[in-house]
Formats: sequence, structure tokens, C-alpha cells
Amino acid sequence: MSGVHLTVLLSTGAAVAAVVELLRRRHIREKYAVVWLAVCLPMTVFAIDPNLFNRLAHAIGVINPPDLLTVLACLFLLVVCVYMSWELGRLDDRTRRLAEEVALLRRDVGSGH
Amino acid sequence: MSEPRRVLVVVPAWNEEGSIASVLCEISHALPTADVLVVDDFSSDGTAAIARSAGVDVISNVFNLGVGGAMRVGFRYAADRDYDALVQIDADGQHDPAYAPGLLEALNSAPGPALVIGARFDSSEDFPVPRARRWAMRLLAAYLSRLTGCRLTDATSGYRAYNRDAIALFARTYPADYLSDTVESLIIASGAGARISQLSTVMRERAAGMPSQSRARALLYLSRVALMLFLQAIQPRSARRATRAARPAGPTPAFRRATPDQPTAEEKP
Repeated sequence: MSGVHLTVLLSTGAAVAAVVELLRRRHIREKYAVVWLAVCLPMTVFAIDPNLFNRLAHAIGVINPPDLLTVLACLFLLVVCVYMSWELGRLDDRTRRLAEEVALLRRDVGSGH
Repeated sequence: MSEPRRVLVVVPAWNEEGSIASVLCEISHALPTADVLVVDDFSSDGTAAIARSAGVDVISNVFNLGVGGAMRVGFRYAADRDYDALVQIDADGQHDPAYAPGLLEALNSAPGPALVIGARFDSSEDFPVPRARRWAMRLLAAYLSRLTGCRLTDATSGYRAYNRDAIALFARTYPADYLSDTVESLIIASGAGARISQLSTVMRERAAGMPSQSRARALLYLSRVALMLFLQAIQPRSARRATRAARPAGPTPAFRRATPDQPTAEEKP
């Protein structure tokens, strides 16, 4: 096992551990945790046996396996970013509506300053 | 033409302690029977205190929401309290409240949402602007005139009067996005079938505060507006119908959810 594979194995292991720990402490929602675990687990498998990934890449016609990894990683991160933008916009809208509600209620309660 | 019975003047204010007092004084002279609400958009100066000491109602936002957010608070306040009409006047002194009765009169009593814009006859006339910006503003005005069916020369003016149905419409849909609220609200209004008209007014120099005339800002503003118009053009039909449906006849309930979607998350007990 070469140094590179050991590094990948250790970092995916650490990532899985971090996600599980966050989940255990309820600092991260299941729906997000599932996504990260779904990425980390195959990565761990491929770190243990890199040949598996090479064969997968060749099977779908990719000549240089790392290219496949790069493209998949970029696509995944793009999807995550777009999803986060959507989520952020929705939260911003809700926060604003709450702030408006609070301002109106605070005036009614009579402590508007 | 009878003047609407109960009128609310909404003054969105952000750090306008230098001008708010005189603006409020002029409003009380121009519209002695109207109620006045200052929406203090998280000012760090004495704006709210001065407004309160002038004896008007003040709502303070808990953080800065921008003019759009401040106006939405004003519209909801008016809708909850069943006002017949709302006049929006900036706190920086560039809108002369003496025109407000004229704006209200121009809001005739026909049913459906209506708004009247207090506008400069030609918005590039009063102050020198870069040529590119002037052309962009003319283009915008031409487009909006076609869209609304009313000749508009100053679509970005925040000096406006709204009738009861327009209040109900905007209590729900007034756009809160940075800078583009004035133009976007016109688009929403025309999409909802509102009658939009314009009254010529003379704008004054800002009494105090900082004008937002920097070139970069103007460019940013115009690109935002262009993007917004594009998004409006490709908006799905369902969203347009939703805006149209937001035209209730009666007063709106005080607590209304924007979207009845899934229940909020489980918190740890």
C-alpha cells in the first residue's frame, strides 16, 4: 500500500468519523449526513482497493481514471453548491418574514425600542 | 372625488436623523388627518428617538431589512389595521409631502389594486447623470410604460400612494431585494392587474444623508433591474397566477404563512 492510498484511506476514514460524530451530537441533519456518508463510503472502498476504481473507469471508457474522479467531484460539489444557494435563499426569506413579524409584534407589545 | 377615509403615511427611515423631524412636520401639515408610521430600519443614530418624540408611531426593525423590507412592514401594519390608503414618503426630504393629497386624490375609488407614483417628469433633468445611465433609464421607463399601460418617467421613485387592494397585495408580495424594490413592485402590481398612474412632482435635494448616486452603484442597480426583468419574462405561469390570486377584497388576517409547507423541524426538548 503506497503513501498516497494510505493518505486517502486515512482522510476518508476521518471524514466518515467526523460526519458520524456530528450526527451523533445532532449538529447535522440526517438529510445532509446521508449525502456525505454516501460520498465517503465509496471513497473508503476505493482507497482500500484502488484497482476497483481503475476498473470502473475503464469499464465506462475513461482512459485516465483520475479524470473520472475529478469530473465526478466537480459535478457533486456543483450540485451541493446550487442546493445550498436554494436553501440559503429560502432561509433568508423566512428570516426576513420573522424579523418583520417581530418588529410588528414588538410594537404591539409596547417595547418598540 | 372623495378622499379616502383612513390614510396611513409610511416613512421608511435608515439613519435619517438630520431630516426626519422636518419631513414629519411637513407631513402633518400636508395630511393633518392621516396617521404616520415611521419604519426605522435599524438606524444607528437618533432617527427612532426623534420620530417618537414627534409623536408618530414608530416600528423598529430588529436588523436592517432594506427599503423593501421596511415597506413590507408598513404594508402589513396598514393591512392589519384596515387602512383605506397608504402613502409612502422617503425620510431623506426629497419627497415634498405637499404633493401627497394630490396623490391620494389620483387614487380613484374603482375596485382592484391601484397605485399612483409621484414622479419627476424627466428623471434625468434635475441632475447631471452619465449618458449611458440616462439611456438605460429611458429604456427602462419605456419598457415599464408598455408593461403597465401608463406613461412612466420615473419608475424608481419611492414617492407613492396605494389603495386598499394594493396594500393587501403588497403586504404579501412586496419585494425585499436590495435596491430593486421600486421597479419590481411595479411589475408585480401590473401582473396583478393593478391600475398604475403617475403624477408629476418636483423632487428636492436630499435634506441630509448620503445619496446613492455613485457610478458603480448605478451600474449594479441597472444590471439587477435588467436581470429582474428577464426573470419576470421567463416566470412560470403558476407564479403569476399566485400573484393574481393575492388580490383579496377584504382585510388580510394578521398572521398569514407565506407558504404552507412542511412543519418546522424537530427541536430537542
